[in-house]
Amino acid sequence: MSDLYAKSLRELRALMDAGDCSSRDIVQSLHERIEAVDGAVGAYLERDLQNALKQAAAADERRAAGEKGAMLGIPVAIKDLLNVKGQSCRCGSKLLEGYVSPYDATCIAKLRAAGAVMYGRVNMDEFAMGASTENSALGLTRNPWDLQRVPGGSSGGSAAAVAADAAIVSLGSDTGGSVRQPASFCGCVGLKPGYGRVSRYGLTAFASSLDQVGVLSKTVADAADTFGCIGGYDPRDSTSVRQALPDVSGAFSGELKGMKVGVAEEFFGVGVDPEVEAAVRKAIEHVAGLGAEIVPVSFPHLQYAVAAYYIIAPAEASTNLARFDGVRYGARVDADDPVEMMKRTREAGFGPEVKRRILLGTYVLSSGYYDAYYVKALKARALIKRDFDQVFSACDVLLGPVSPTPAYRIGEEINDPLTMYKGDICTIPANLAGGSGMSVPCGFSSEGLPIGLQILAPAFSEDRLFRVGHAYEQSTDWHLRKPQLSASRRKTGDN
Amino acid sequence: MPLQATIGLETHVQLNTRTKIWCSCPVNADAPPNTAVCPVCLGYPGSLPVLNREAVRKTVITGLLLGCEIPKFSKHDRKSYFYPDMPKDYQITQYDQPLCLGGGLEIEVGGRKKYVRINRIHLEEDVGKSTHLASASGIDYNRAGTPLMEIVTEPDLANEDEAFAYLTALKRILQYGDVSHCNLEQGNIRCDINVSVAEAGAKKLGVKAEIKNMNTFRGVHRALAYEIKRQLKAVGQGETLVQETRRWDDDRGVTQSMRGKEDAHDYRYFPDPDLAGIVLTVEQIEAWRSGLPELPDRRRARFVESLGLPEGDAEVLVADKDVADYFEQVAAASGGNAKAAANWVMSEVMRVLSESGENVTSLKVRPGDIGALIRLVDAGTLNSTKAKEVFAILLEEGGDPHEIVKTRGLAQVSDQGAIKAFVRQVVDENPKVVEDYLGGKPAALQFLMGQVMRLSRGKANPPMVLELLKEMLAES
Repeated sequence: MSDLYAKSLRELRALMDAGDCSSRDIVQSLHERIEAVDGAVGAYLERDLQNALKQAAAADERRAAGEKGAMLGIPVAIKDLLNVKGQSCRCGSKLLEGYVSPYDATCIAKLRAAGAVMYGRVNMDEFAMGASTENSALGLTRNPWDLQRVPGGSSGGSAAAVAADAAIVSLGSDTGGSVRQPASFCGCVGLKPGYGRVSRYGLTAFASSLDQVGVLSKTVADAADTFGCIGGYDPRDSTSVRQALPDVSGAFSGELKGMKVGVAEEFFGVGVDPEVEAAVRKAIEHVAGLGAEIVPVSFPHLQYAVAAYYIIAPAEASTNLARFDGVRYGARVDADDPVEMMKRTREAGFGPEVKRRILLGTYVLSSGYYDAYYVKALKARALIKRDFDQVFSACDVLLGPVSPTPAYRIGEEINDPLTMYKGDICTIPANLAGGSGMSVPCGFSSEGLPIGLQILAPAFSEDRLFRVGHAYEQSTDWHLRKPQLSASRRKTGDN
Repeated sequence: MPLQATIGLETHVQLNTRTKIWCSCPVNADAPPNTAVCPVCLGYPGSLPVLNREAVRKTVITGLLLGCEIPKFSKHDRKSYFYPDMPKDYQITQYDQPLCLGGGLEIEVGGRKKYVRINRIHLEEDVGKSTHLASASGIDYNRAGTPLMEIVTEPDLANEDEAFAYLTALKRILQYGDVSHCNLEQGNIRCDINVSVAEAGAKKLGVKAEIKNMNTFRGVHRALAYEIKRQLKAVGQGETLVQETRRWDDDRGVTQSMRGKEDAHDYRYFPDPDLAGIVLTVEQIEAWRSGLPELPDRRRARFVESLGLPEGDAEVLVADKDVADYFEQVAAASGGNAKAAANWVMSEVMRVLSESGENVTSLKVRPGDIGALIRLVDAGTLNSTKAKEVFAILLEEGGDPHEIVKTRGLAQVSDQGAIKAFVRQVVDENPKVVEDYLGGKPAALQFLMGQVMRLSRGKANPPMVLELLKEMLAES
């Protein structure tokens, strides 16, 4: 079987269960696919085939011994900010050059225990700051649907790898839309679980109160399976919740009768591209056609989301990133005294967007500005949370666009941070409120670029995302379309 | 109006928990450098803090012992500044909602009592330890993440003696609460001093200097004595002082300016998003309150009332909790002779402690052994001189007091015949002294008594010797 790399997680599991292929076969097939297409896409930063084959062999042995499991033998690509013992973890930065993780993130440990194969580290915006992966200091990642365009970000490598059939599933992280937006740009599924659902232990922190580990996959069911493995309470993360994972057994019936689906017009009034609006509205009609009831709701404080986010996230980041000082790990620029060494290391190691956000965060926490910025942003955050509470008292899920536009051209927006920041408006609210959300492919622009439908639900009702997402996905064929990638070994930088 | 100093102290106390505040690494400053560490206390990417509940309990216990109010909600904040010994380049501390508020303790200086108010107690993390070598600097992160409690006073202290008395009283309470090892050499207690001078009765305090990182009480006393004199002189001469941080140079006995107010850090405090707040229920706080240890004042009163000790003895014994505990065990084993137990501890035991610098808990002589010696003396089996000999042996070698008395033949001789023989010999050999005694010199009796004891190698029962001696002299 030569096209194993193109299959979904569930298809591969069925094949392995039937004895028609092994985990080793899958890894080998993926390896060949990556060799063929990733020169052009540039999703991967690092891979260790021998190590992956070893993990795959172990999974094959477990399966031979009668073990079954959702993730047993499935290769997973890892966003570069998750700690995997013995691997590098550069977070798309030059500053962590040489750092080798001494431990597994909790989500990685769970994958390992389930027999998944950690295969490859994928690119991202430096320290997850960005929406195009152009802020990576380690290389350019391209959108498999149009190599001149960005894959979105910050989990751009995770999305591009899945879209290019160069990964079965991948882990990303979503602080302001960093899983959902690249999924939308690349035409794959992107799940952001509720805050506290997946342990953040081992996820290099960008903004601790907003960060959540997420999944990028080819189908909604694949995302649900991966989520079922990595989710759950973790005593190592004080913000992790003690609530049981949702029962997803009824989520894959395709049945939407009795579901109330909210639509808030505010989400279409933020400069949404007409083609995006048309595709999303059509998708909502489609969902109604599957038996769901459409409920108009309002989200009055959406306009404050971006401003609040770009105060809270940089404030937290400015302290989270303080530890990258060259003292204990990573790159170091020497100097005569330690404090000077720390300054020089940070000056040389961080890229411009990271520096911009550290400065922003330092500023808004400074004495005299704290109340005017940080405290006010927390108030806006509370209002947005209240908007969600009201919305979800009237409906089960909220539907809308993920990003106002499809993928833009490389270099087009990178020098205009404010425009870039505004592109996060539809995804940020879920992070501010701690809710769950998902992007599902729902069409293409006239230029052939994927468009995503955003489904939002309360924090610990991910089952609703799966139910609506799966019903929609299985009654459309957007998820089955594949980008035309010539299997040549093009190098990053070629067009 | 005369000038008057005003002092406030911020005392950092390392808690004696088994593990660190955010991770399960052992609190062990003696481990080889950087061996008691993990990704959490090294601030590795992705690591997260989880609060040690025992550290919370010990902080609250301290608060309860000091009469603080314990709010039902408190939280941790990040305090940002860059320094290599701080793994995350921010310290997790408590800014505006600490674990304990208010309270205070009584001190006594020169016979005058004074109540020193506490402002707050908060719980934070200690940092690593830098070592500067000739060509490089090294950092040991074993200490990083040790639970550290900061106890902040109101500006209620007026001079170095009061500051010293406060620290001594505080240390005693910390020991009683078993919240810290209180070992100053190990840096378990470290202190920042805030001091200013102003006209007595002035509404506004003077310009303050902060003297950082004092690690002995003696040092605090000396530094304050110097600094108050310096400020008084400057203000007296009409100089304007500037707010600054100063360093105490113990060798030269002076304070020196480190940095002015303009170089002060902006710590950019904000709530740590990695930690949920601390919620304490009334039931929890009351459960801890009901388990509080007896404080020195109460214990002293009990020693007087139920053990019948003189005030002075009780005061001496309760000064150090370990010594007081030791005394109680001696008394319990003494067969009811608490006064004798007090005498033993205050004379023999405390002498040994001050000579050797040892802690009473590590003495080879166990309290039960001294209790046994007291009973042997009270039973007439051992005289007090020989009891001290046994004590000396126990101190060196340990062992069972009864065995030592037996194997070394130290038991008191109370055999009338044997003692009579010694007495006769002494009377016969010292006719002149006997004459002196009979001639009305009672001091001569002491000499004769000493001679008898010498002959018996100290084993004779002294009251019996005295009785027989008097008897025989009356006959002669």
